[in-house]
Amino acid sequence: MWDWNYVLDVLPQLLSALKMTVWITLCSFVVSLIVGLLLALAARSRFKPLAYVTKGIIEFIRNTPLLVQVFFLYYSLPLLMGVSIPAFYAGVIGLGLHYSTYLSEVYRSGIEAVPKGQWEAATALNYTKGQTWRIVILPQAIPPIIPVLGNYLIVMFKETPILSAITLVEMMLTAKNVVSQSFRAFEPYTLVGILFLAISYIASLLVQRLEKRMNLLRGK
Amino acid sequence: MSTTVIESGEEASRENASLRDKPGTGNTPIVRYQGVTKSFGDVQVLKGIDLEMMPGEKVAVIGPSGSGKTTMGRMLMTLEEPTEGTIELDGELLWHMRVKDRLVRADEKHLHRMRGHVGMVFQHFNLFPHMNVLRNVTEAPRKVLGLSKEEAEERAVSMLGKVGLADKLKMYPSHLSGGQKQRVAIARALVMKPKVMVFDEVTSALDPELVGEVLEVIREIAEEGEMAMMLITHEMDFAKEIADRVIFGADGRIVEQGTPEEIFENPQSERLQSFLQRFRAQGI
Ligand SMILES: Nc1ncnc2c1ncn2[C@@H]1O[C@H](COP(=O)(O)OP(=O)(O)O)[C@@H](O)[C@H]1O
Ligand SMILES: [Mg+2]
Repeated sequence: MWDWNYVLDVLPQLLSALKMTVWITLCSFVVSLIVGLLLALAARSRFKPLAYVTKGIIEFIRNTPLLVQVFFLYYSLPLLMGVSIPAFYAGVIGLGLHYSTYLSEVYRSGIEAVPKGQWEAATALNYTKGQTWRIVILPQAIPPIIPVLGNYLIVMFKETPILSAITLVEMMLTAKNVVSQSFRAFEPYTLVGILFLAISYIASLLVQRLEKRMNLLRGK
Repeated sequence: MSTTVIESGEEASRENASLRDKPGTGNTPIVRYQGVTKSFGDVQVLKGIDLEMMPGEKVAVIGPSGSGKTTMGRMLMTLEEPTEGTIELDGELLWHMRVKDRLVRADEKHLHRMRGHVGMVFQHFNLFPHMNVLRNVTEAPRKVLGLSKEEAEERAVSMLGKVGLADKLKMYPSHLSGGQKQRVAIARALVMKPKVMVFDEVTSALDPELVGEVLEVIREIAEEGEMAMMLITHEMDFAKEIADRVIFGADGRIVEQGTPEEIFENPQSERLQSFLQRFRAQGI
């Protein structure tokens, strides 16, 4: 059943695909961290049209499947606009944009947890709006949500197989290619599962430790 | 935010007159409320406030809770916008600007410039919990006034010394007592060198044994004299001692005002008499 020689044969390919998968995840996460924050800020804008449009975009992205979005970026956008995006960028933008709408919600909860008095003290000291965000609000809003952000990183990692649909050679597609050549499906797919499990498990332990550290820091 | 438009020729001439007085010469009020009202939804909380404060003047504001004292102070700090009327600061309109011949709501740039003249100390301190004591006091001078790190620290350390906290520079607010927090908050407001400062019941949230140390600090600041102070307070003895003038507000109006002696020894209105009586009965 389980052929160790075959495992040793395919493992290097899968490990190199794992590196790619982690890299895609990290890039997408950075995109979602930045865009998520921008969305959270824009949704709170005092300029109402901006706030409404932003909330509309968030709802739209959340309520369409990620698969459809990456298909759109990779296959439809070139037809519509005449620009073709390499699979890597399409994947990173698609995954990052999709999760930015979830992260914007996380940011929102962090921002709303900062007491009103902090805004008022910032006004009383005559900070500008931008300074108030940078110096007073965000430094208090972000630390408590770091563990939740970390959990989203893991969720995004586990979503990467979707990107095989746009020919992005992450672990799943690599396994598929291997299988289509050797006609042995058992080992490659099992290995992919084990690798996902291992990385996610290690990452979740790290997030837990981070959460404990944060709680200690805040309880000081 | 809607744009408030007030058209009034009389308003225009009054503003011009006050602009002709040179600010800071002593005959321009530092603060002037004219016909100020404030409504929250359908509820009118302030029903027409007229009030002037001269540079350096210490004005105590007393009155039953819910009478609108905090709202009045918050308007000066630009935390609450007047529904009607105008507020002038050092001869300039605070919440309005003149565009052609009309008064329109001031933009953020104008508010930012005017706000620099005002400071506020809050009932619940509102210190920044993620900064130590020193940074709580140096951050705004550096980022808002543009002082260098050295200048800001020199100013902050001297101010923290004045409020008796020179040995707590590296502490975080969560490690301080209420009285110490409030003294940091006072230092934080003072380093900005405002021309007028609002103290909104700054001892109300403190344990009784910590009230004294905060009042002592405010007394010292008051004695230095140059800054005008609006002291919203329930500490009658304190108001009597340091205020040049006492204002009694009730139901959104100024009911009576005068020197501390007039207000406390010889109250005229029945509202004030019963307010003071109730206060003495409670023995606070
Ligand atoms: N943001 C607000 N929204 C609605 N009502 C408010 C708000 N702020 C104050 N009020 C109401 O205005 C009245 C006056 O409040 P305040 O100025 O705090 O009085 P005081 O400081 O004299 O106790 C109170 O009835 C209070 O409930
Ligand atoms: Mg009050």
